[in-house]
Amino acid sequence: MNYHTPETFEDAAAIAARAAGTTRFLAGGTDVLVQLRSDLVTPDDLIDIKHIPAAKAITRTGDGGWRIGAAVSGAEMTENAALCADWPGLVEGMDLIGSTQVQGRATLVGNLCNGSPAADGVPGLIAAGCTVTVIGPKGSREVAVEEIPAGPGKTSLAKGEVITGVTIPARGQHGGDAYLRFIPRTEMDIAVVGCAVNLRLDGDTVTEARVVLGAVAPTVRLVPEAGEAILGTTLEAAALDRLAEAASAACQPIDDKRGTIEFRTHVAGVLARRAAKIAHARAKGGTA
Amino acid sequence: MTKRIHVSTELNGDAVDFLCDPRETLLDCLRDHLGAMGAKEGCGTGDCGACSVTLDGRLVCSCLVLGVEAEGKQIGTVEGMADGESLHPLQRKFIEHAALQCGICTPGILVAAKNLLERNPDPSETEVRYWLAGNLCRCTGYDKIVRAVMDAATEMREAS
Repeated sequence: MNYHTPETFEDAAAIAARAAGTTRFLAGGTDVLVQLRSDLVTPDDLIDIKHIPAAKAITRTGDGGWRIGAAVSGAEMTENAALCADWPGLVEGMDLIGSTQVQGRATLVGNLCNGSPAADGVPGLIAAGCTVTVIGPKGSREVAVEEIPAGPGKTSLAKGEVITGVTIPARGQHGGDAYLRFIPRTEMDIAVVGCAVNLRLDGDTVTEARVVLGAVAPTVRLVPEAGEAILGTTLEAAALDRLAEAASAACQPIDDKRGTIEFRTHVAGVLARRAAKIAHARAKGGTA
Repeated sequence: MTKRIHVSTELNGDAVDFLCDPRETLLDCLRDHLGAMGAKEGCGTGDCGACSVTLDGRLVCSCLVLGVEAEGKQIGTVEGMADGESLHPLQRKFIEHAALQCGICTPGILVAAKNLLERNPDPSETEVRYWLAGNLCRCTGYDKIVRAVMDAATEMREAS
């Protein structure tokens, strides 16, 4: 195995583009090293992106949004009070992944590129309307996060392409987001269902809403019908019923011992209601 | 055979270097190349925390770090906790509270607890339990561990 430590993303992409065998990018390594050690994936070329200065940075963008480098760990995000204040739902999704030790290494972009339908970090990104910057042989492009997952363990990235970081839009006024997941225990588990809601209010009335489900389909899934169900409402009981119905209707989950199809479908609706209420309270200035 | 890579790093404040295959984990490098046997291999997949060390002050599972990634970093392990013959307060409290039985998980838990108390000298019991959620212990049932950490925190606050 060749271990590379490029100092720019262009170099990282070029190494991947000319590599003949199996290639992996290494950031936090919490997925890649497990696959390496269990002989699931043995890279011929391992490209460590942590020597690229921009990969380790959390910065404000010119319009008041955020830029999270591809190698920023979950712990670094949680420790950034201003980021947590702007996007509590996005950060709490990332923070649910693994232990303190895993948080010290695991990255948001790694969680996205691992391609798990149950990735806790990804629904909040999609709900927030984030994009990622992809650098590859054909140059650089900005891609909506929801276009990256392509199926369990699969992404839409082509050979030689690497994600340099996530761009989070400006929070703006009267907005709030939240992420909830169901697991059979209290900590250290993989989502059976996850749900992120991001909305904006005018007074009490919802004017923008994005609802995203995890672990109930082959990819994390943006559910436009669920967002539409609460537009123009104040999250009164009937609106929450329609939200839950739309969320459940979008589910195509697996059936296993951790959650049956019926259970996951039902819980998706329950979590959508609860996350919407938390996001609503946060948009009103609460710290729920 | 992959070419071995020369790594210069710092272990508990001492400059050290070693040669390793790029596939070797930091845990293997510590144990096999640097003779630091404190960090233990439990699961090898980042679930159990027995291999916990700090890397530039950040708590990590050394089984999920490659040895080559330690280049230019500062590694902290359980071997760096005692000051000569004098045990760290956490180590003393673990003995006093009988917070260990077989001892396999103990070095990792000590390193993790020390890292917590450096960041938060006055943690609640809930904060201790969540911080240590990635350190599995099959003997103690955790209660004695949590009490030992809380007691050590109290003593360290009073001493400072």
